[in-house]
Amino acid sequence: MEHYYQPEIECASREQIRAWQDERLVKQVRHVYKNVPYYRNLMDQKGVTPDDIRSVDDLHKLPFLTKDDLRDAYPYGLLAVPLKDAVRIQSTSGTTGRRVVAFYTQHDLDLWEDCCARAIVAAGGTNEDVVHVCYGYGLFTGGPGLNGGSHKVGSLTLPMSSGNTDRQIQFMCDLGSTILCCTPSYAAYLAETICERGLQDKIKLKAGIFGAEAWTQEMRRDIEQKLGIKAYDIYGLTEISGPGVSFECSEQTGMHINEDHFIAEVIDPATGEVLPDGEKGELVFTSITKQAFPLLRYRTKDICVLTHEKCSCGRTHVKMSKPMGRSDDMLIVKGVNVFPSQIETVLLNKGYPANYQIVVTRVNNSDVLEVQVEMTPEMFSDTVSDMDRREKELRDALKSMLGIYAKITLVAPKTITRSEGKAVRVIDKRNLY
Amino acid sequence: MTVKQISVFVENKPGKLAELTHVLSNNGIDMRALSIAETPDFGILRLIVDDAYKTSCVLRDSSYIFSITPVIAVAIPDKPGSLSHVLDILGEGGINVEYTYAFITRNKSLAYMIFRVADNEKAIELLTKNQIQIIDQDHLNEL
Repeated sequence: MEHYYQPEIECASREQIRAWQDERLVKQVRHVYKNVPYYRNLMDQKGVTPDDIRSVDDLHKLPFLTKDDLRDAYPYGLLAVPLKDAVRIQSTSGTTGRRVVAFYTQHDLDLWEDCCARAIVAAGGTNEDVVHVCYGYGLFTGGPGLNGGSHKVGSLTLPMSSGNTDRQIQFMCDLGSTILCCTPSYAAYLAETICERGLQDKIKLKAGIFGAEAWTQEMRRDIEQKLGIKAYDIYGLTEISGPGVSFECSEQTGMHINEDHFIAEVIDPATGEVLPDGEKGELVFTSITKQAFPLLRYRTKDICVLTHEKCSCGRTHVKMSKPMGRSDDMLIVKGVNVFPSQIETVLLNKGYPANYQIVVTRVNNSDVLEVQVEMTPEMFSDTVSDMDRREKELRDALKSMLGIYAKITLVAPKTITRSEGKAVRVIDKRNLY
Repeated sequence: MTVKQISVFVENKPGKLAELTHVLSNNGIDMRALSIAETPDFGILRLIVDDAYKTSCVLRDSSYIFSITPVIAVAIPDKPGSLSHVLDILGEGGINVEYTYAFITRNKSLAYMIFRVADNEKAIELLTKNQIQIIDQDHLNEL
């Protein structure tokens, strides 16, 4: 039997959802126009006033926001409430040049945690469960989001954070964790380790909630089989709140977007034109209940499809497909956002040529980031120790920029593939989409 | 009193070394000695050749990455204990050997060693003081 955290909302009629959205959007646009000069300017430039927005039908009139806007407005430019009302900051993973900070009031945190609670209950969670959260805690939204959601459900919450696999498995066995929350690649790693150690009988897991990076159906089956669980997908982004923007139900044919908080649109990334249900395009979110950091028409760069088809789980909220790709060049490696431009910056700073290629592979369900660099006479030395030292310097610099380890491979000059005179910068061999 | 070693970057892939030796042989380059340091991804090929200048021109024309490193070449009696004797001199003098390799020629009584050290001058001074025969570039070319 399907369980819901907030059945009156999750299973509300489409008319009811639409009514909430109309009312909240109108209010939100006024709030933003009044309190966020950055967005007011964008509206003024487009000749749109809050009076033009009378329902969701008028949403398309509003200007888009992109990650570039968030960077331009860093740090406080999009904060819509006085500092005294903001209680929390979260930030996007990894990146220096493109770090984004998002703000929350207590009310915002409350609603965000509700969203995560819905995901946990949809995965079968109750107050009898032991929820094992090994998403990172801290600036990353993964840990705090699921932690808060688990509290709301009343589950016993294990705030494990990431890393220290031995301790993760020991707690899992000793305390009888029943629901695992982490990135799919870490789940796969845990599953493999548990099998290697023959501990399948010692764990009590029944479900997993895995997100923050792309994963395939094969990976899902592999994790499910090894851990003896049902694995659920969850989606979110710091800019909009964090995990729980959408989540999977028992039907597992897409993720229900929490439409009482977020209005989703799919647009043609080239023209910005809104596309009808079922068409593939860039996902755009408007947060209609956020107080501190209310983004209107934020372009996620994630390519996916929306469907309003009736779901067997009883929820009425629109479903989005798993993201099928990106409309920019961002890579998500081990849950961390990686832009090729960041890697280029490090190479140039360290005196390397801009002839490089990024190769991402997945080995044993874990992402491997490799940066191939073409040798130059300046980089070359006749001793292996010198070459090692230089390679290590580059590796360390990349690690501090990206937050994750990259393997460096030095290749002969003019060997990096070029098409039509332009180098192919990224080769993603993971076949995730 | 050093000789020129040519160090070439070669990818650690099948056929790459052959490509390089073809380039050298097609241009009539004669090798005196050769050694390779390998890593998982690439190798550093170290060469002593009969004509270092010509070799560098040939390599440059073929877009190889290489460097020319001054190294010390010594001639030692081709009998047990000779290498230890040289290494003792260097070790006691505080000279660290980065790498070394050997070659022999038609001259049956002598063996030749190449030493790569951080401080060539100091090493040469020590070796000379201990009557070790150091080979210069001209001598090497005639071998």
